[in-house]
Amino acid sequence: MLKNNIKHTPKIFFINEEIEPLLSKKNRALLIDPMDDNNPITVQVLGICSALAITVQLKPAIVMSVSVMAVMAASNVIISLLRDLIPNRIRIIVQLVVVASMVILVDQVLRAFAYDVSKELSIFIGLIITNCIVMGRLEAFALGNGVWRSFLDGIGNAAGYGFILIIVAFFRELFGSGKLLGYQVIPEFIYDMGYVNNGLMLLSPMALITVGLFIWFQRSRNRTLIEKS
Amino acid sequence: MEGYLNLFVKSIFIENMIFAYFLGMCSYLAVSKTVKTALGLGFAVIFVLAITVPINFLIDNYLLKPGALKWLGSEYELIDLSFLSFIMFIAVIASMVQLVEMIVERFSPELYGALGIFLPLIAVNCAILGGSLFMQQKDFSGISESAVYGLGSGIGWLLAIVAIAAIREKIAYSNVPAPLRGLGITFIITGLMALGFMSFMGIKL
Repeated sequence: MLKNNIKHTPKIFFINEEIEPLLSKKNRALLIDPMDDNNPITVQVLGICSALAITVQLKPAIVMSVSVMAVMAASNVIISLLRDLIPNRIRIIVQLVVVASMVILVDQVLRAFAYDVSKELSIFIGLIITNCIVMGRLEAFALGNGVWRSFLDGIGNAAGYGFILIIVAFFRELFGSGKLLGYQVIPEFIYDMGYVNNGLMLLSPMALITVGLFIWFQRSRNRTLIEKS
Repeated sequence: MEGYLNLFVKSIFIENMIFAYFLGMCSYLAVSKTVKTALGLGFAVIFVLAITVPINFLIDNYLLKPGALKWLGSEYELIDLSFLSFIMFIAVIASMVQLVEMIVERFSPELYGALGIFLPLIAVNCAILGGSLFMQQKDFSGISESAVYGLGSGIGWLLAIVAIAAIREKIAYSNVPAPLRGLGITFIITGLMALGFMSFMGIKL
């Protein structure tokens, strides 16, 4: 067993990494692609469940994106380190256990340092476990790639997820309550002229419609993404 | 009895898993192209939710909550294991899905054929874990209440996915702007349906 481990270690750490520089073009693409052309939410259709429910205000959306980024980067690295040791048949349960432990860590940290936000996010921190982005990237990427590349892939996809979250939350908070991050941004005299906050933006259906409109915008810009039917 | 009925109606319509909390959206979008597959997945979700929510209720109340280990003796009274709840719930769900799959395969091969591919998918459906986490948050008083809640939210999920599948079957024949085709229009329709479902919020139960 020990011998086996020693044989594995060099392969995990060096073969992929020594040949190319840390931020080669291919590795940079791992970081940047998920932001737009390969966005996890609007193109890969992963992880929508939690993306919509917590976008009423900007602050929980930012906290959620950071938590997902931490969980994804850590679990991608762990699974990538273990990828030669995990028997194929039980890999789902191994992945679930790794992700669940990371989520417990994040949850405890949030409860200790940002109790209000953690109350606001309620069950949605726990739901990162079943967030399809995390499992999907573990299955599709970390099981077959080196540690550094998996780390970049985790960060990149979480950033793409956070990007959508923040855009949706920005519009919902701005039009729904005239605030950003809790500060009033729409000045008083506009209200005096008869402007009213759109209360509909605070309700959950508008999150879906905002994402739908964003998809429309993105696909009219990049027509290769249009679905054939 | 009236309380159970209220909870049942509330979990189907007012707190619908998809339209109010967006839980289980991934499979909702992926498996809603035809009504037949949507029905299969919907029944599998009802099945698993109705089993896992009460089991997780027992685990939460007799193992994890602060003071839940009192039945072992008074020296265990102060133990608080609630930080383990995520990992326990997901383990219960994954193993229940496996167990349900084996039982269905043994006793009803036809149902297994119909649900077959969807059963393993359910372990990572947010609606299932969401059901258990909501159960923990709502502090139900007994196991029967949590079972009613699990069954109700499963039925609500089935209702939502069958409705969107039926609409998508029809919309294939209409002229949707090209960039909206597929995913985009499904999002917008779901939003409109959710707006419709919000009218149930006025009901006082």
